Amino acid sequence: MEVAIKAINLTKRYGNFTAVDHVNFEVYYGEIFGFLGPNGAGKTTTIKMLTTVTRPTEGTAIVNGYDVIKQPAKVRESIGVVPQEYTADEDLTGWENLMLIAALYGIPKREAKERAAELLDLVELSYAADRKVETYSGGMRRRLEIAMGLINRPAILFLDEPTLGLDAQTRAAIWDYVYRLRKQYGMTIFMTTHYLEEADRYAERIAIIDHGKILAIGTPKELKEKVGGDVITIEVNGGDVNIARKVIEGIDGVSGGVTVNGNTIIFKVRNGNTAAPIILEALNKLSIRATSITIKEPTMDEVFLEFTGRRLRDEEGSSEEFMRFRRTVARARR
Amino acid sequence: MATRLHPLHGLWALTNRELAKWYKVPVILIISLIQPIVWLAFFGKSMNFAAMFTSGLNIPGLNIPKQVIDEIASEVLKANFGTTDYFSFLAVGMLSFITLFTSLQSGMSIVWDRRLGGVLSKLLTTPVPRGNIIMAKVLNSMIRSLVQSTIVLIIAILLGMRLNPSLNPLDILGAYAALALMSMGFASLFVTLALRSTSWESQMAIMNLLNMPLMFASNSFYPVKSMPWWLKPVAIVNPLTYVNDINRQLLLGITGGQSLLLDYAYLIAFAVIFSVIGIVLSWRYLSEA
Repeated sequence: MEVAIKAINLTKRYGNFTAVDHVNFEVYYGEIFGFLGPNGAGKTTTIKMLTTVTRPTEGTAIVNGYDVIKQPAKVRESIGVVPQEYTADEDLTGWENLMLIAALYGIPKREAKERAAELLDLVELSYAADRKVETYSGGMRRRLEIAMGLINRPAILFLDEPTLGLDAQTRAAIWDYVYRLRKQYGMTIFMTTHYLEEADRYAERIAIIDHGKILAIGTPKELKEKVGGDVITIEVNGGDVNIARKVIEGIDGVSGGVTVNGNTIIFKVRNGNTAAPIILEALNKLSIRATSITIKEPTMDEVFLEFTGRRLRDEEGSSEEFMRFRRTVARARR
Repeated sequence: MATRLHPLHGLWALTNRELAKWYKVPVILIISLIQPIVWLAFFGKSMNFAAMFTSGLNIPGLNIPKQVIDEIASEVLKANFGTTDYFSFLAVGMLSFITLFTSLQSGMSIVWDRRLGGVLSKLLTTPVPRGNIIMAKVLNSMIRSLVQSTIVLIIAILLGMRLNPSLNPLDILGAYAALALMSMGFASLFVTLALRSTSWESQMAIMNLLNMPLMFASNSFYPVKSMPWWLKPVAIVNPLTYVNDINRQLLLGITGGQSLLLDYAYLIAFAVIFSVIGIVLSWRYLSEA
């Protein structure tokens, strides 16, 4: 697979504070790559360096084949960015904003008009094209931002917390657009989020970042497997529970302890979906019948806890998130 | 994308963005014209030096013929203002007044871009040359200044401003050039000052602090030679003095404080120095951020 983004010892220091600390990773063409971490972990700083807004203190990154330090103009031409903040000019209409951004990419006017119409249609904003952006709702503004990020048909789209401050329904709709866009334009998508469920559901590969360092990279499945895999609960009927336990302990992929609670056996296995039939068959040979079996994948929350040593949900940054959310809302209301 | 981008690409699109905010809201344009027009109509029309001297001035005991008093009055006025027509003298000052006020506002728009959402952060992700972000604001301020000056000039003429009878189009072009150069310098200076500022209020405070002193420490209302010794040096470095000097020579046809060549040289230096400083600092600041 070809590499769309390659970060090489990417580092950003602000005085004594290291926001991003010698980060290395690769993103392949066509994939959705998620950066998961709490606020202040270095997600936005990383995006700012990859999108040439901020210059790295050390190291560099290759984006679409161009060096962010040596060829920033080339990088800018190949990327689309949807920053965390609302960036559209509120005094202009949605249409005017799109045309402005198109002009900044040097897109000829006629082509820009075609693309703007197509994108507004895609994000279902055609009806509001001639309204001033200040009249848009939060969800509409986010959709306009996405359209603005796509006007130059970027090879790589950067989404910095694309659903921050939106309600669950709008969030799902935004993801729906992102998926459709990728299908339509075959883009690579680099996104940051601190919503665990979003990273789990929408990213094909995830990097967990905390305190400026990448702690783990992999598909959501791989990360969950690293935590110790799935939890299987089997309830057996008749036969000897202890024999069943011995059988299960001997099966490849079962890790950690096997707990027995009455007729119920609970254990961890690397891949629950493939291990379950093998276990059932082995038990069956010994005439032990299972009455129920449940396979539970670990949640991203557990994955996050495993790698960072803390939970993302009740982290200290939540008040900061709330303030940011309020600022975003205040802006949306203006 | 193999498109070759022009070094000035995006400049006009960005300028147009700023201009759109202005021409779409004519109320702002009208409000900004009230001040110079009030000066012209109230102050300019009432401060009628010629009438003060000539309307029945009679010193008891001295039997001075009216003709002599008129003669003295016109000589005194000419010696001070270069013309007997103070209203026209003031009207020229009002052209630089509106240009100054418009240019000082340019710093506000960059604070605005940064503060409310990330318009600036979005612009920085596009391939637009960094200097054009700043130059668009300067260009916007120049265009606005010239349009507003034109409106003030027309109103002044309607109110009785008398232009040089032998005025030619080149003189008008020269006057506009002087105003444009001044606007370029002041707008660049204020955009540069605003680069790191996120506070709308502090920018307002700087504007309010500087506009009146800059006006009164120039020849907009009175000649430099009538100023106290400590104010003269300020007036001599003040670009407004040079703009007014040019415009009085070109539009009114009166003898100036110094040669046009010197006036233009000073204004060109002012505009070039501050715009270069603005571009260099903003380029560095916007790329390092």
